[in-house]
Amino acid sequence: MDAVKLVVTAEDFDPGAEIALLSSGAGTSGALATFIGLVRGGTDGVSAMTLEHYPGMTEREIAKIIAEARSRWALERVTVIHRVGRLLPGERIVFVGVAGRHRAEAFAACEFLIDWLKTRAPFWKLEETAAGERWVESRDTDDKRALRWEE
Amino acid sequence: MKIVYFAALRREIGIGEESVAPPADLATVAQLLDWLKSRSPAHAKALSAPRVLVAINQDYAGQDSAIAADDEIAFFPPVTGG
Repeated sequence: MDAVKLVVTAEDFDPGAEIALLSSGAGTSGALATFIGLVRGGTDGVSAMTLEHYPGMTEREIAKIIAEARSRWALERVTVIHRVGRLLPGERIVFVGVAGRHRAEAFAACEFLIDWLKTRAPFWKLEETAAGERWVESRDTDDKRALRWEE
Repeated sequence: MKIVYFAALRREIGIGEESVAPPADLATVAQLLDWLKSRSPAHAKALSAPRVLVAINQDYAGQDSAIAADDEIAFFPPVTGG
């Protein structure tokens, strides 16, 4: 089985199945960490959001980010699933999962992956509100979180 | 040369992609951007946003990056996925 699973899709994913896949036949892994991003409900009357991406480049950038994570930590398996298209509050947007030897590297690698994904992978969110549509602005806090890993 | 736009830039310019034949003496992304701004008021406004990211053949590039006639060059706002 491939050590890396990378999917950009309009379809929902099954977190349990993804965790099972990450842990199945795990040879030297002693830790599995995951992150799931959701469409936040109840903020400013956002009724839905649409994720746009750059087919081809998005997958390439995520592959580069995964390769960078694997160069920094000994990871047996990595899964990144990112959804595109129109999503409702509460729906899953992104899954990041890693299997590694120890929890410290699993936690770190998982956080690194989502931090870099947010600031480097070409996705854009368009929110629907009662007042109309608006593009989500990139946030300095996300940039700062991503920059922590540059040191 | 194929130019592609995403997100707010695509909406503002009104098209997702266009084929262009810029003058042969345009050598860099910055020069291409200036030339593209002259295509329409919508181009000028969208491409003058404070932060416009660029990719050449699906790899991030900079203002000084060299451009070639058969490149696919993308312009888009800062990314907001995850």
